[in-house]
Amino acid sequence: MHPLVKLVAQRLALGAGTLLVVSALIFAGTEILPGDVAQAILGQSATPEAVAAIREDLGLDRPAWIRYLDWLSGFLRGDLGTSLANRVPIGEMIAGRLENTLFLAGVAAAFAVPVAITLGIVAARYRETWLDKAISIVTLSAISMPEFFIGYILIFVFAVKLFWVPSIASVFPGMSFADRLYAVTLPVATLSLVVIAHMMRMTRAAIVNVMASPYIETAELKGLTRARITLRHALPNALSPIINVVVINLAYLVVGVVVVEVVFVYPGMGQLMVDAVAKRDVPVVQATGIIFAATYVLLNLTADVLAILANPRIRHAR
Amino acid sequence: MAMLLEIRDLHIEALGEDGRWQEIVKGVSLELEPARVLGLIGESGAGKSTIGLAALGYARHGCRLARGSIRLEGEELFGATSEKLREIRGVRVCYVAQSAAAAFNPAHRLDDQVIEAAVQHGIMSPGEARAEARRLYAKLKLPDPATFGRRYPHQVSGGQLQRAMTVMAMVPRPDLIVFDEPTTALDVTTQIEVLAAIREAITDEGMAAIYITHDLALVAQMAHRIMVLRHGLEVEVGPTERILEAPREDYTRALVGVRRVQKPEKPRSGGAPLLEVRHVDAAYGAVPVLFDVSVCLEAGRTVAVVGESGSGKSTLARVITGLLPPRKGEVRLDGRPLPPSLKERAKDQLRRIQLVYQMPDVALNPRQKVEEIVGRVLTFYFGTNGAERRREVERLLEEVELPAGFADRYPAELSGGQKQRVCIARALAARPEVIICDEVTSALDVQVADAVLRLLLRLQEETGVAYLFITHDLATVKAIADDIVVMLEGRVVEQGPKSEILSPPHHPYTDLLLSSVPEMEVGWLDRVLRERAERKARGEAVMEAADR
Repeated sequence: MHPLVKLVAQRLALGAGTLLVVSALIFAGTEILPGDVAQAILGQSATPEAVAAIREDLGLDRPAWIRYLDWLSGFLRGDLGTSLANRVPIGEMIAGRLENTLFLAGVAAAFAVPVAITLGIVAARYRETWLDKAISIVTLSAISMPEFFIGYILIFVFAVKLFWVPSIASVFPGMSFADRLYAVTLPVATLSLVVIAHMMRMTRAAIVNVMASPYIETAELKGLTRARITLRHALPNALSPIINVVVINLAYLVVGVVVVEVVFVYPGMGQLMVDAVAKRDVPVVQATGIIFAATYVLLNLTADVLAILANPRIRHAR
Repeated sequence: MAMLLEIRDLHIEALGEDGRWQEIVKGVSLELEPARVLGLIGESGAGKSTIGLAALGYARHGCRLARGSIRLEGEELFGATSEKLREIRGVRVCYVAQSAAAAFNPAHRLDDQVIEAAVQHGIMSPGEARAEARRLYAKLKLPDPATFGRRYPHQVSGGQLQRAMTVMAMVPRPDLIVFDEPTTALDVTTQIEVLAAIREAITDEGMAAIYITHDLALVAQMAHRIMVLRHGLEVEVGPTERILEAPREDYTRALVGVRRVQKPEKPRSGGAPLLEVRHVDAAYGAVPVLFDVSVCLEAGRTVAVVGESGSGKSTLARVITGLLPPRKGEVRLDGRPLPPSLKERAKDQLRRIQLVYQMPDVALNPRQKVEEIVGRVLTFYFGTNGAERRREVERLLEEVELPAGFADRYPAELSGGQKQRVCIARALAARPEVIICDEVTSALDVQVADAVLRLLLRLQEETGVAYLFITHDLATVKAIADDIVVMLEGRVVEQGPKSEILSPPHHPYTDLLLSSVPEMEVGWLDRVLRERAERKARGEAVMEAADR
């Protein structure tokens, strides 16, 4: 077996193991959440008999570990369960939301990643010049402000004052791609401002670090241009830290956008999860939790594999 | 004849730690005719690499060309624009670095790097450059010239990489190549082949070269003229024969003079051995490194373990000290077996065997003062503390010929040789019976190394300590050993008293090793190559360097 295949298989197994542990943690976590769904549903009319009846109806009277195994096996079969709050299958509830979240994350990534890496390369190429400093100051200022603050400022300037874009990012099924893009302009801008600085700084640092290598001196002594030295000799050797930071930020774009979704009233997974927690809708919380965890694990796995692929020593064994 | 390169009164400065510019090259002038080889020789810090790089109009990060003139065929490189310099570098002047392993980009195939300068500067098309590279691979005797360039740097050996770097410098057909210690990182048996290949190639291609090294015997094989440098100044310059046979300056005489440290072989006492390694096999994980190694050391004697990189000599030291428990066999001290692992050994067993490392820079904690570094050992083994410990540290420092006041210094405030002396003092503090010296002089300049060797011999006279001396340097072995153990690929190929091992008949590998050590005479390289060829023609067994 090619060593790379073995490595990927190993990481996949490790990822599956991680998810199993995470599922148990999520289940345990939701078990110890204060409050009770039966009481939440019944509200004022929560007589002990009615509560018991609903608990039995929902299967909440069975021992926790049985419910866990039940839940897990359903999950593995693709059955995410039913919402306790409105009795809708969770699969249906999540499908549209997940699509929205991935759309927002995808658009933000498609914009932010190339911009960040390009800025990082430019900053490294013109290291210590005014250009480098300007890039650093702008991106670092953006990252220093909380997301909701950036979001509201953008809304104020571009939606309220200039009327360029909508302040509420409402999307609905059947909307055209262009309309969707237009709708998410401000959330994408907000997310980009938050993630660009991190990726840009790491790209710059990784390249600057490689620039001290003897083979960069070799390239300089070949009379190559600075641009070629940076792109061809430094960048390929700086890839693995860059890949890692990009992936961490991609994961953040999927998992960490709750605040931005709330600010722009965007119907994504983050909002769904927050709502579900408020309603004590435990199965929804569990399902969203597992999906977030799976995203994280999968993206990190991708980062590992890509970082390995970026290393010729592993790609081409002796 | 018109000069190819003329450097006049060149001053180069480096940014010191205090933020001020300090001169490291203090007004050096040199000239080089086309198709000639000039050797630059001196110790580290002499400024030879800095001068070599200046021939490309280049100063390393933190250095600057301060004043003077660097003319390439009359064209001034000093203060030239970066565009102008780019047209010179990789076109008319090329550079071969000391460590090809570091100087090749790990991310690209050899060919792509070897032809890059010629293609980027528009000298040749990629196809032409590749063909030229293949021709030169063959000329430098690289294996499978047709496909060699498709490999990545990590897929070929150090010796091959060094030759590939020479090819890289030659493909654009420059007028001048600067070789900066091109064989220093190689084993002695590989070095001789790379030297021969480089010399033949530059002669045939009619290129001029600046050959930088700290080894006078080496440069004597390569250069028509030699310039001796010290502390950024020229000591003297002249034709190679003249420098070797009639040096004018004391410093050159010292470089030319054979090693002054010479110790007669001590007769064997015939008593019981102090340290005995018996039939040891050792491995790192699944990779076997040592096979059935047996070595024996008597009190007060020196056993030198010689071999090239990868021969397992440092692993042997790790087994003896218990850092790497052996797979098979045992280590005995005073006739009693030592527990295989360091952790199981008693404090007194640890005390009796001490280790001095190759790199004094990394063997000393930079945040501790010398007093603490040496004193810790006293506290650990003998519970010495306070004023008594201070007195003992000072005594040990005097023992290794350092001023007692050095106790208050940090390692960064010491030179390389001084640091190694502190390491020796630290080993001595334990009052050991055996000191394992792992390449203790190889990071030091020749004269400093000589002084450290003399110190070690004196300490042996005074304290009766036994040395297990691990080295790849046969000159050191000749200087201080009583017994010699020759290792190859994890096995002992030959061992015995110095006089026996160093006089013929030799084991074929010992013979290869001995005959590969450069000698201080013009024409040595030709002689050795001729002799080897003749013996091969006669059908005698001649071992070749395993340049994998």
